[in-house]
Amino acid sequence: MLLIPCPYCGPRPELEFRNAGHAHIARATAADDQGWAETLFYRDNPKGVIAERWRHFSGCGRFFNALRDTVSDGFLASYRVGEPRPAAPPPIPEGEAPRIGAGEEPRP
Amino acid sequence: MSGQHRTPRGGRIDRARPIRFTFDGHVYEGCHGDTLASALLAHGVHLVGRSFKYHRPRGFLAAGAEEPNALCTVTRDRARTEPNLRMTQVELYDGLDAASQNSWPARGFDVGAINDLLSPLFAAGFYYKTFMGPRAVGGTTMWAKLFEPVIRRAAGLGRPPTEADPDHYANRFAHCDVLVVGGGPAGLAAALAAARAGRRTMVCDENPEMGGALLTHPAAEVDGRPAAAWAASAVEELRRLGATVLPRTQGFGYYNHNFVALTERLTDHLAHPAAGAPRERLWQVRARHVVLATGATERPLVFPDNDRPGVMLADAARAFLHRWGVKPGTEAVVVTAHDAAYRTALDLHRAGVRIARIVDPRPRPAGPALDAARAAGLPVTAGGTVIGVKGSLRVSAALVARSAGAGATDHEAVPCDLVLMSGGFTPAVHLFSQSRGKLRFDAATQRYLPGDAAQAQSSAGACAGAWGLAAALDGGSAAGAAASGGEALRHAVSGDHPEDGGGTLGTLPHGRDPSRVKAFVDFQNDVTAKDIKLAVREGFKSIEHVKRYTTTGMATDQGKTSNMNALAIAAGALGRTLPEVGLTTFRQPYTPVTFGTLAGAARDELFDPVRRTPIHGWAEARGARFEDVGQWKRAWYFPVAGEDLHAAVAREVRATREVAGIFDASTLGKIEVVGPDAAEFLNRLYVNSWSKLGVGRCRYGLMLNEPGFVMDDGVVGRLALDRFHVTTTTGGAPRVLHHMEDYLQTEFPELRVWLTSVTEQWAVIAVQGPRARAILEPLVEGIDLSSGAFPHMAIREGAICGVPTRLFRVSFTGELGFEVNVPSDHAAAVWDAVWARTEALGGVAYGTESMHVMRAEKGYVIVGQETDGTVTPDDLGLGGMVGRAKPDFVGRRSLSRPDLVAPGRKQLVGLRTEGTAVLEEGAQITPVPDPKRGAHAIGHVTSAYASPTLGVPIALALVENGRALTGQTVYVPMPGGAIPARVVSPVFYDAEGERLHG
Amino acid sequence: MRFSFANLVRQSFSGHQGWPEQWRDPEPKAAYDAVIIGAGGHGLATAYYMAAEHGLRNIAVVDKGWLGGGNTGRNTTIIRSNYLWEESEALYDHALDLWQDLSQVLNYNVMYSPRGCMMLAHNIHDVQVFKRHVHANRLAGIDNEWLTPEEAKEFCPILNTSERVRYPILGATLQRRGGVARHDAVAWGYARAASALGVDILQRCEVKGITRDASGAVSGLDTTRGPIATRRVGVVAAGNTSVVMGMAGVRLPLESYPLQALVSEPVKPMMPCVVMSNTIHAYMSQSDKGELVIGAGTDSYISYSQTGGLHIATHTLDAICELFPAVRRLRMLRSWGGIVDVTPDRSPIIGKTPVPGLFVNCGWGTGGFKATPGSGHVFAHQVATGEPHPINAPFTLDRFRTGRLIDEAAAAAVAH
Repeated sequence: MLLIPCPYCGPRPELEFRNAGHAHIARATAADDQGWAETLFYRDNPKGVIAERWRHFSGCGRFFNALRDTVSDGFLASYRVGEPRPAAPPPIPEGEAPRIGAGEEPRP
Repeated sequence: MSGQHRTPRGGRIDRARPIRFTFDGHVYEGCHGDTLASALLAHGVHLVGRSFKYHRPRGFLAAGAEEPNALCTVTRDRARTEPNLRMTQVELYDGLDAASQNSWPARGFDVGAINDLLSPLFAAGFYYKTFMGPRAVGGTTMWAKLFEPVIRRAAGLGRPPTEADPDHYANRFAHCDVLVVGGGPAGLAAALAAARAGRRTMVCDENPEMGGALLTHPAAEVDGRPAAAWAASAVEELRRLGATVLPRTQGFGYYNHNFVALTERLTDHLAHPAAGAPRERLWQVRARHVVLATGATERPLVFPDNDRPGVMLADAARAFLHRWGVKPGTEAVVVTAHDAAYRTALDLHRAGVRIARIVDPRPRPAGPALDAARAAGLPVTAGGTVIGVKGSLRVSAALVARSAGAGATDHEAVPCDLVLMSGGFTPAVHLFSQSRGKLRFDAATQRYLPGDAAQAQSSAGACAGAWGLAAALDGGSAAGAAASGGEALRHAVSGDHPEDGGGTLGTLPHGRDPSRVKAFVDFQNDVTAKDIKLAVREGFKSIEHVKRYTTTGMATDQGKTSNMNALAIAAGALGRTLPEVGLTTFRQPYTPVTFGTLAGAARDELFDPVRRTPIHGWAEARGARFEDVGQWKRAWYFPVAGEDLHAAVAREVRATREVAGIFDASTLGKIEVVGPDAAEFLNRLYVNSWSKLGVGRCRYGLMLNEPGFVMDDGVVGRLALDRFHVTTTTGGAPRVLHHMEDYLQTEFPELRVWLTSVTEQWAVIAVQGPRARAILEPLVEGIDLSSGAFPHMAIREGAICGVPTRLFRVSFTGELGFEVNVPSDHAAAVWDAVWARTEALGGVAYGTESMHVMRAEKGYVIVGQETDGTVTPDDLGLGGMVGRAKPDFVGRRSLSRPDLVAPGRKQLVGLRTEGTAVLEEGAQITPVPDPKRGAHAIGHVTSAYASPTLGVPIALALVENGRALTGQTVYVPMPGGAIPARVVSPVFYDAEGERLHG
Repeated sequence: MRFSFANLVRQSFSGHQGWPEQWRDPEPKAAYDAVIIGAGGHGLATAYYMAAEHGLRNIAVVDKGWLGGGNTGRNTTIIRSNYLWEESEALYDHALDLWQDLSQVLNYNVMYSPRGCMMLAHNIHDVQVFKRHVHANRLAGIDNEWLTPEEAKEFCPILNTSERVRYPILGATLQRRGGVARHDAVAWGYARAASALGVDILQRCEVKGITRDASGAVSGLDTTRGPIATRRVGVVAAGNTSVVMGMAGVRLPLESYPLQALVSEPVKPMMPCVVMSNTIHAYMSQSDKGELVIGAGTDSYISYSQTGGLHIATHTLDAICELFPAVRRLRMLRSWGGIVDVTPDRSPIIGKTPVPGLFVNCGWGTGGFKATPGSGHVFAHQVATGEPHPINAPFTLDRFRTGRLIDEAAAAAVAH
């Protein structure tokens, strides 16, 4: 079970969250049919770092974005909706534990 | 008497507390602290079962979790029977009833042993090469009909229970700073270091007593105390420091982000468990740091007939002697490539076991262990080998060759009743590997050792390759200190032998025809060295292939004793190094874990929460039948006087249409949408336009998913300019709120809107029928119910029976109707009042089935029944609701995709049939009465009922170009022939909607 | 040497020394007429049918690991064809037809065992959906029948059909030709038969690049065992399809998820058939060895790690213990994960890609094993002729543009 860094609440167990797929998909309603199909369905599905959406469903209820390595499942960053994707974090040195749960302290 | 092979003193057992137990119907006596294995060995019982495939007689190979042979079934009562338990782990209790497995009629004389004679046929993978028979006839195959049943009956291990397990299982989530898996010297030292540094510490060990190797080295001292006493004091100190100490607890799975699963055995060792006490507990631990101190497992040597009862791992004999005070034989031959077995031989010798020979295949073994053995007068054959044993049900001699590689003729039979073997020790890196740490092959010692950790984790002691008590204690201390920021403690050790070493992998040289002998690698699955070589010859070149083809390592011991030997034999056959051949994956669990433990409390009502409405109790008392809708229990119908579903529904529907009916609609999802931009938000989430909806008015809303298909529907009422009361389907409520939050938070964050689920806050009583107003009028305060003041599709706030209500004038029946929303706490009382009025006027309470029938008579759709995720608003005839002028709403872009505007889409229609037979829901529709096999269906029946109102069967259907087919006949092919049906409007009753406005 | 009882007896007298390698382990050639990427069941079947039915012998199957080492060897081996939509019915029933005599055709006992595949209905919606399947299947000539709870109990006596459980069983569908097969044997059988026809199976040969000529068409592959020239490439890489296709610059409507399965310790026969419950998420059968084979769900997030969370497995065991209360004292012996490639409509993509010469067969999600022979058979046609077999014609990439989805998931909650 993952330990997911909610940017609002801090690290919490996966049971409290729902994954909501790839992040940063522009809703290109003006695109042609192929472009719209790509908005709806086509995905990078990367083997490596993914920017993905989570919702802290049984917590603060907020959607947020996170960077995660899909090979190790280690989280690299989490950030709020609307914030740009952080620059590619440095690769995790071999043998070092993935940095997880780097969330901020809960706010009042 | 607990057995003639019991030592007079020593061991961790209590000779003063005898225990009577039964094995295969014979009553024996053991001691408190015994395992079933130690107790049987104390009576000289070695033959304890038969092997899986060849039915070879088998005894104990090991003394712990790695035991492959000695499996038994333990039965407490009919429901509490458990197969495949390792006798080396079954703790004795008074009255224990155990039976051996896989033999008939008896383990001493087993008919299945014929398989051993036929074994040349049963080589690895033989079943892939035969038993195919001619091709399938009549839907079955020769394999399935003839061969498979025989194989299935022969396979399997123990008999499964046949009754439901009455026991309970517990679950606990835990967090800690340092979790230590393994309570041997390394684990205890690590836990001590962490606990003394003030960290929240947990330590678990699979055994009833913590201490591991400290318990099997009575001559050793730690910090000036006997090793076992030191272990006990360490446990005591840990408890005093507040650490969680978990004996009988196996760390079985290492998952992501330092999440480790443990299983604790709570009552299986008790003769009389307290009633209701949980049998086992699943611990799910999130640790900041994990120290693995899981030890090492001794490897068997691979030589012909190394599986005979009485052939045992040397370290197991040491454990039986020192832990349980049992001499596993009277006269032993020790075959070893590792120095530790010399120490065991010496200990056995001192305990009175005659050491007939120590055979060491290493060409020039040397060192203090050998010196000590020689000094004690033990005969050592260095550079020799064992080419087999004599004896079938029990070993009677070892065939010792003076030099390794000599021919089978050049050997002597050394009489013995015990053969101890040691190929060296394999670090237990299972959990490390599960944590995705990279294993590193140490060529010098031919071992896989933990390499770089992938999580916050370290390994200490024998699992990290350290040898000896001092090294384990030091390693554990250092790991515990590093994990906790504390100090590494030094423990003084004496009587240890850290200089011991050695080990070998693969087959011992034996000079016999390798195709004629059986040298076992995987004992439980009866995999021999020649099976592995055959697999390699047949082109299976990766260890993963070899494993699957031969099944080596796939038995219930998960290859703990066999994997490295199998790997070495495969590598040898391929002429490659071990790392080139690869390593099989270490999978969870480390040892098998009870399903019940993993399922925990999730059974019966706790399997999934039951959601009940406030009116549930009333319905139950009225004898309602319920249906499951999601987690909800909904009243399905209210039978009276033995009515069946149809009779009840006919009565409910007629009464509702003639007088009135009331219906518990509380399960409908309710979301309050509030904020200055609430209308705009709904504009973007529903196909409809909301801006012009007046305060106090309602509208039926249709929600699409982004691909353009109907996802949900419901009535939305506007309470104020900035406040909407949104209803959803029962099953769709959580999905819809999640969907709304998603768009609000991520796509339209500029909108000032707040969403609140109020499903549980508002109970809903639908009052429907011509007398609906008459029912409510005396109960409602502050709302003018007259048609002029309160028209259809309006919403008012006021009070009913003195409690607040949001009163909707809506109808899902086609009759004059109201939906009374009241706070849930008051719903039962309001329902009672409404029911009293309804009953007095001759109305009824109706359930979901009547609701379905009445809405179908009106052609109202149910999302999930008329829709299946492929249906657009236009398909339902609801295209007119789509606010085409709106610049955007979810799903809008998709509605113009080519297939969504293509001709020939399925459209909602009504179907009428002759006679009284009701069409079957889901039945297919064809244009011709006699479709050929594989013919295209132009649609299907979505809903079908006997209409009590019309007195005829009605159906709704989705049919290609259905609206254009109105008036034409289509066919519903059924097993008895096609049923003709006329395509009609989906609105069967009161097409003008006059009744709504009554 | 043919596999037969006679040869087995003969070999047993000589210590089985005479069996040859089941497949060759050749060095890669510089060029092939076509290359299949992915030596799982689907890829090997594709190569076999390309050789056996389309006469292509100068072809290869490449794999970064060992043949059959991916989802083929990790699934719960359920076979059935009682799907809802006509396109799916045709595809899966084509496969089921091929299963009937696959052992004989390949001369390899794949142990196809039509033990019956039962799907449980737990609520009225399930009943409606499953009956729709029964009717659709009957029209298509596919066996699938409706059972009452009593009939279901009779077919599978350990099933808990009590009305007092949380979600009582209201009925079930049964496809009698449904069942199981031995997964490894399917991969090995196709590999042996393909190799015998001249197909080169190149293991430990990872594709690192897909090269294209000036026109944009495929011209070859860069692999860890050297470059391979070829004008036709079929990608059958399951969970790694997005990665491989990315080398040709092609993005797909695919996401890769961990899917877990587990087995119990072996016990004597207690489970005569396959039982599936989509509603409470439980799938179970018993292997010939005696292990209860249990399918768990996918984790919620994209991952290539081949592991999943414990809570996914425990959730499945909740349901298994509820349906089969006698198994509660049995033990989980082994659990594992695969990477499944899932499309938005839970139906596969089999056909052309925007790159000339590059074909793809992917998106089988959690249910690809059952389709192995059919998938290989139609994809062989696609790659060999460049044009789709009528059965795979609807399974295009273009359906995601037009909206003509083949959505098994929407109607039945989960497609398995």
